[in-house]
Order: sequence, then structure tokens, then C-alpha cells
Amino acid sequence: MTESMHEMTIRRLLAIVRELAVPIVSVVIAMVIGSIIMLISGFDPVAAFSALLKGSFGGGRQIGETMLRATPLMFTGLAVAYGFRAGLFNIGAEGQLFMGGLSAAWLGIVLAGLPRPLNIVLMILAGAAIGAAWAFIPALLKARVGAHEVITTMMFTYIGRYIVSWLVTGPLKAPGQIPQTDVLPTESTLPKLHEVTAFLPISRAHLGFAIAVVLAMFVWWVLKYTSLGYESRAVGYNPWASETGGISVSATTVKALCISGALAGLAGVTEVMGVHLRLFDQFSPGFGFTGIAVALLAKNNPIGVIAAAILFGALSAGGGTMQLEAEVPQKVIFVIQALIIFLVAAEQIARWIIGRASREGVEHAG
Amino acid sequence: MAPPLMELRDITKRFPGVLANDSVSLSIEPGEIVALLGENGAGKSTLMNVVYGLLSADKGEVRIEGDAVHIRSPRQAIDLGIGMVHQHFMLVPPLTVTENIVLGNEPAHAGVIDFSQAREAVRDISKRYGLAVDPDAVVQDLSVGMQQRVEILKALYRGARILILDEPTAVLTPQEVKGLFEVVRSLVTEGLSVVFITHKLEEVMGLADRVVVMRDGRVVGETRPSETDMAGLARMMVGREVVFRVEKKASGRGDTILEVDDLKVLDERGLEAVKGVSFEVCTGEIVALAGVGGNGQTELVEALTGLREAVGGTISLKGKDFTHAAAREIIAAGLSHVPEDRHRRGLVLDFDLSENVILGDHRRAPFARHGVLDFAAVTDVARKRIADYDVRTPSERVKASALSGGNQQKLVLARELGRDPDLLVAAQPTRGLDVGAIEFVHSQILAERDRGKAVLLVSLELEEIQILADRILVIFEGRIVKEFAAGEASDEDLGYYMTGGSGEKLAFDAEEVRSADDGVDA
Ligand SMILES: Nc1ncnc2c1ncn2[C@@H]1O[C@H](COP(=O)(O)OP(=O)(O)OP(=O)(O)O)[C@@H](O)[C@H]1O
Ligand SMILES: [Mg+2]
Repeated sequence: MTESMHEMTIRRLLAIVRELAVPIVSVVIAMVIGSIIMLISGFDPVAAFSALLKGSFGGGRQIGETMLRATPLMFTGLAVAYGFRAGLFNIGAEGQLFMGGLSAAWLGIVLAGLPRPLNIVLMILAGAAIGAAWAFIPALLKARVGAHEVITTMMFTYIGRYIVSWLVTGPLKAPGQIPQTDVLPTESTLPKLHEVTAFLPISRAHLGFAIAVVLAMFVWWVLKYTSLGYESRAVGYNPWASETGGISVSATTVKALCISGALAGLAGVTEVMGVHLRLFDQFSPGFGFTGIAVALLAKNNPIGVIAAAILFGALSAGGGTMQLEAEVPQKVIFVIQALIIFLVAAEQIARWIIGRASREGVEHAG
Repeated sequence: MAPPLMELRDITKRFPGVLANDSVSLSIEPGEIVALLGENGAGKSTLMNVVYGLLSADKGEVRIEGDAVHIRSPRQAIDLGIGMVHQHFMLVPPLTVTENIVLGNEPAHAGVIDFSQAREAVRDISKRYGLAVDPDAVVQDLSVGMQQRVEILKALYRGARILILDEPTAVLTPQEVKGLFEVVRSLVTEGLSVVFITHKLEEVMGLADRVVVMRDGRVVGETRPSETDMAGLARMMVGREVVFRVEKKASGRGDTILEVDDLKVLDERGLEAVKGVSFEVCTGEIVALAGVGGNGQTELVEALTGLREAVGGTISLKGKDFTHAAAREIIAAGLSHVPEDRHRRGLVLDFDLSENVILGDHRRAPFARHGVLDFAAVTDVARKRIADYDVRTPSERVKASALSGGNQQKLVLARELGRDPDLLVAAQPTRGLDVGAIEFVHSQILAERDRGKAVLLVSLELEEIQILADRILVIFEGRIVKEFAAGEASDEDLGYYMTGGSGEKLAFDAEEVRSADDGVDA
């Protein structure tokens, strides 16, 4: 009946390997197909990938750039992943992100003159709160009348984006030609990582990255070790059994979507406080949507989100170098990203390939 | 001598931590009915899933008429003439019978499905094998027995010569079981072979030509019904004597715990399924609700457990009104619920066993403090429940989906009884359990009663009701039509009231068959 500790450890390791296999194989296949596309179009894939690697991990500044670009994706990836774990598809992380950014851009000015740590804490809390609020109405509609969150969160994305558009061209517009808010005072911004840690090389990476990593670990812990996370996962897996076990499916749905919204809101807060230091219409190139891909690649595991966001960040950071040095158009990066998403989504394909390989391995061995 | 129709040689299948099939060999002759018998977790479903191509064996081979075949998918199994009906049907509810049967094998001209030809084909096989069914009925409107018939027709339509039935009778009413047996008998006269898995020994005795008994992944014996009896089968299966009727003391009935007054509940379609039901359950007694499936039992239980809103009447627990209480409050008040459908309501299949064990108590000490789960406590209790209820598993860390059907049921019982409730509402508590486990669960339920707890038992099985109940309430079309004290009613008496008290039981059956026949002839 019982198995030895040794067997159990091996079984867990195997399980982890199996979990990792699909995402890794998907990434590799995407890169191979990307290479083939480059070859067909007359580019040198080896040069391209080495340039990509150089541009993303080639030095302190480059690594910092990768971290910078990974930061918002980590927040939105976490947001989408948390939703998925509770059986919810928060496709509207982009809208929650915009509202988070808006609150930071406004509050940062209001709080001018106060101590920096206080401002950072207040702006983060406010951004999370408004992100949650932006998800709350869709969540309520879902819990009360069953309106599908894909539709409602998407609608709220449009509403959020247009509110921001209007505010940055009107009421919150800084003096000048460009539709943008006033630049934040230093005490309302996130410090660069090299400013807070003496040993890191100078780069654009900011404290938001560290916050995102710590938060990812916290979310992992919440999902696994708290009653709240337990209920979220239970409802995500089987709402009928959850209900039978005394879990309120509607309350859990509302909580989970609000938590998801809060996480997405933080992406906007940290982009405003750490990168742009102000708000404008185009401050997010769709981080909320890329977050869906990050969550998919991470298989909704918060720790996996860290890795997936760094990968996407690296592709984005290295793309420029690739274009410059190997003269491969940056668009190839989008192709590779799209392929990764496609392959992870079409997990069956990857599973099939893995299954065949291991079966053949067994047959050869036996 | 001609080779057997199907032969399994040394099939071995290992799951992480479990040797589910250990060099199993088995052969099936044309026109034979083979019963596969064994304890929960013995490896029966695994073996049949290997044959049907749902699982790949680590070792061993399958031979069809002497030729070794490699079955890697159900598709290949079907092409080789193997059909399987799972305990959980795999039909598409909104489609018609014909559509379901031809799905995947549609007769088509230039990509357009020829439905009249499909309907003809369905009619032909349904006539040939005496499986009356209306080809145009929508599957979701059919009874469970009829749906199973559709599953069988589907296998026949695809040319099955060997039909595998995994616990086909677990979800059927006694009348439907009779119907199924007739179908199986007519199939073998047409030359098919049938392998069926069951835990009900009287079914084995009544239907099988040959019985193969498995234990711990191995075949431990083979016999014929003519050469043994039920006690002998049970001994082969469990490895010890089994008492079929557990000892029962007189009931020490005490205070009222549950009081239901004029309760009215609607079903999914908004029709009144429970039409003004009143009864009470007291400490120290087991009250059984007897009835043919679909007479309002599900809705009644869901209303009692806070899963369905009552539209009229009251429910009170220990003297307090709980008519509109949430499931959480009802659990906290000391009610445990064993739901009739373990996959839908009983378990979170993707949770591991320890996570499943705390479902319902996951916010309470010792499992949680200030919203943080204490996994040391969780693991302790999970291990204890698993041991107490003999849930066969390599560890408490495997997913519930990796347990055999009967062991999943034991896990639900372990959780709900382990909570030490004041009132246990158990619907089909022994569904899918082997005889040894049934004996154990029955003695546990009686022990609860003897310790002054109250039990409301909902069962389709008269035998179970007769063994356990102190009082029997018969439900028919949403009303309690009769009450008996223990030992007062024969099975026939119960059957009479369960079918409306009009003695129309046979006519009712015949009508079902006739209306289906009309469909066939139309
Ligand atoms: N997918 C799986 N992963 C891991 N273990 C499994 C899996 N399926 C079955 N097992 C294990 O294999 C053993 C045999 O299971 P199987 O389902 O064949 O039993 P069974 O004889 O059909 O029992 P029951 O009568 O309870 O349905 C059990 O110990 C079970 O835990
Ligand atoms: Mg089974």
C-alpha cells in the first residue's frame, strides 16, 4: 500500500518533468519553425538567435531590459492565471491595467511631497483596488445573472481605455501639445533596481520586477496553502462538488475575478511608476492580452508565470538587437511568440510528440 | 481446436505506485458471457480499458482469433470488433438517438449526412437484436436504461463482436436491469460475446456463463455459476467469508433532528418534482426513502442539503429553521451528505485525496487557521480516513481521478462519515462498491445510528433498504405515498407502492417498450 520515500520523490520529480515538458517542447518547436521561416526568407537563424540572446541576456544592461519588459507581463500573466485557476477567463486584464495606470498617474501627483516609501505603498494599494473594482462589476454580473466574463471584462476594457483617452486629452492633460499627464515627481516613482541594490549593474529595470516576483510566489502560496486559494481551485475544477462542500460558487467567483483584476491593475501601476512616469493613451501595447499567452505557457502556475514572462520579456528585449545585428525583421519575434502560444494551446500536438518519443524509447529499451 | 475469439496474454499495466494488472491472461469464446468480478481496485476497469485501447499495456498482448493485434486507440478496437459501454455514458445529450449512434461513422454522400439511411440502419440493428428504441428521440429525454441501450446500439452499429460492459447495472433500476439482461441474452444468441463487470453476485449467478475473479491485479480464479454459489464467489473475491446481512440491533429512537413539512421543490425544467412532502428523522433511527429513480429523490435531497431552493414548505434541523440556509450553514449544523453522483457532486477529481478529504471542513480547525491550511493536520486526517475506509491508493497525494470507481465512493463516504455528523443524508451510498466494502459501509451506517445519530438513506436498492431501514418511506411522483416500519413490507409491497400503488408495474414497463416499438415501426 504505502510506498517508500524514495519512490515518492521520484514520482514527484517525474510529475514535475512531465509538467514542464509541454511548455519547453513548445518553445523549442516554435524556435525551430522560426528558424525555418528565416532560412526560407534568406536570413541566418544562427546569427539571429545569437543576436537575440545577446540583446536579452548579453550583459547587465540587456538583462535589465529583459526584466523591465517581463515586469508588466508577470502581473498580467498572474492575473489571467489566477482567473483560470478559478475557472474564469479574465480577457479584460488590459482594461484593469489601464485603470491601475490611471490611478497611479493621478495619485502620484496628488501625493507629491510625501515620503517616497509611503507613496509607493499607497499607489500600489490604490492601483490594486481600482483594478479589482474594474473586475468587480463583471464579476457581479457573472455571479448574479450568469453574464459571461469574456464579454463583460472585454467591454470594461473598452470603457477603461476610452476613459483614459479622454482624461489624458482633457482633464488630466499636461500643458503642451502631447496628450499625456504630468510627469510624476520622484517621490511617486519606483526606484531602479540598481539604485536599491548596490551590486546590480545599471539598467532600466525597476523595483516593479522584484515586486512581481515576490507577488508571484505569494500568489502560488495563496492558491496552494490558504482556504481562499483552495476554494478558488475547487470552483475552477468542479463547481458542483464545491457547492456540495459548502463553498459559495458566486462569492468565490467574485473574489477570484477581483483578485485577478487587482493583479492586472498593478501592471499599469508599475508601468506608470517605473517606466513612463506618466500616463498616455498608448502606454500599454496590449500587456493584458499578452498576459493570456504568458498564463497559457505557464500552465497557470504562478511560478511558471515568472519564467514565461521572462521568456516573453527576453524575446521583446532581444528583438531590437536581432534586427540591428542580424538584420532579421523584428516581426519574426511576433511569429515565434504566436507559434509558442499556438503550440501551448494545441498542447495535444506537443503531447503526441512527447508520447511517441517516450514510447519509442521504451520499445527500444525493452 | 480453433483459437478463442479474444485472448489476453500476460497483460501488465503499472500506474505510479500501483501494479494495476499483473500478467493477466484471459480468453473469451464466441457467444460467451463472461463476468469479471473483483474487489474495488482489483484492476477490472484497467484491463478492459487496455483491451479497448484507452490505456496501453506495459507488457502482454491481445489476440483476436489467434492473431496478435496492437490496439492503440478505441478506433482500432472498434475496427477489430470490440465495443465498450462505460459506466459514465459518452453520449451527446442534445442529439437524437440516430445522430448519437452514427456519430463518427455517418453514412454520407459527398459530405452530406444521409439521415434517412442512418435511421434505417439504426432501425435494422435495433430490430435484429431486439433493442427497442425510438431513433428520433432526443437522448437527454431518455431514461438512464434507454441511454444505455443507445450506447449498446452504438457499439453494435460499429460492428462489435465483443461487447464490454463496465458496471452496466450500477445506475439501473431493477426493472431496467431485467431489460438489460434480456438484451445481453439476445446478443449472445446472435453470436456476440459479452464481458461484463459487476459487483452484484446475483447478477453473476443469473447471467454469466463463466466468472473470472481478480484480486490485486491478478486473476485469482475462474469458475461457472453452476459450480459455486454467492458465498463462494464472495470468498474468491475478498479472500474471506462475507456476511451479506449485517447484525442490527433494535432502534433507540430519540428526539427529532430533521423535520420536513409540506416541502415543494422544482426540478431543472421548473416543474414541481417534490409536491408537498412531510416527514421527520429522529436520532437513533435510519429512515429510508424508497422509490424508482426520478420520482423527486434528487430534488428532495438537494433541497435538504441547501443545494436547491425550496419553493414551499419548511425544513428544520434540530428545531431551527433551515429552509433557505446555504449548504455551508447546513454542514456546520452537523449534516453530512453523500451525493448520488460522486463524479459531479462528490469529488473534485483533479484534487488529490487529502484535498478531497477536507472539502466542507476546509475553513475549520484543525485543517485551517486564520484562512491558512495546515497541511500536516490535513495529511494526518487524510491518512487516517484512507486507512479506516480501506481506500486503495499508493498515497494521499494522488489525484482522486486515479482511484478506481469504488475507491472514489469509499473516499466520499470516508469524508462524510468521518466528520461524525448528527444527520447523515446518504444517496446511493454503496453504488459501485464490492461486497466486502458494502458490508463495511452498512455496519458503519448502523454504528452511526447506534451512537444516536440520524440517517436518511435514499436508495434504489430494496435489499439495502430492507437491511438498514428502521422506517421506510415510499416516494412516488414527488409524494410520499406510504410508510412502513422495518420488516413490515416485502419487496413486492414496496414495489407496488413505488410504482404508484395501482398494480400497473408490468403495464408501465410494457408501455415503455411499446411506445419505443411504435417509433421503430413508424
Ligand atoms: N489513471 C490512473 N492513474 C493512476 N492509478 C490508477 C489509474 N486508474 C486506475 N488506477 C489504479 O489502478 C488500480 C486498479 O483500478 P481499476 O479502476 O482497474 O479497478 P477496478 O477493478 O475497476 O475497481 P472498481 O470496482 O472500484 O471500479 C487501482 O488501485 C487504481 O488506484
Ligand atoms: Mg472500475
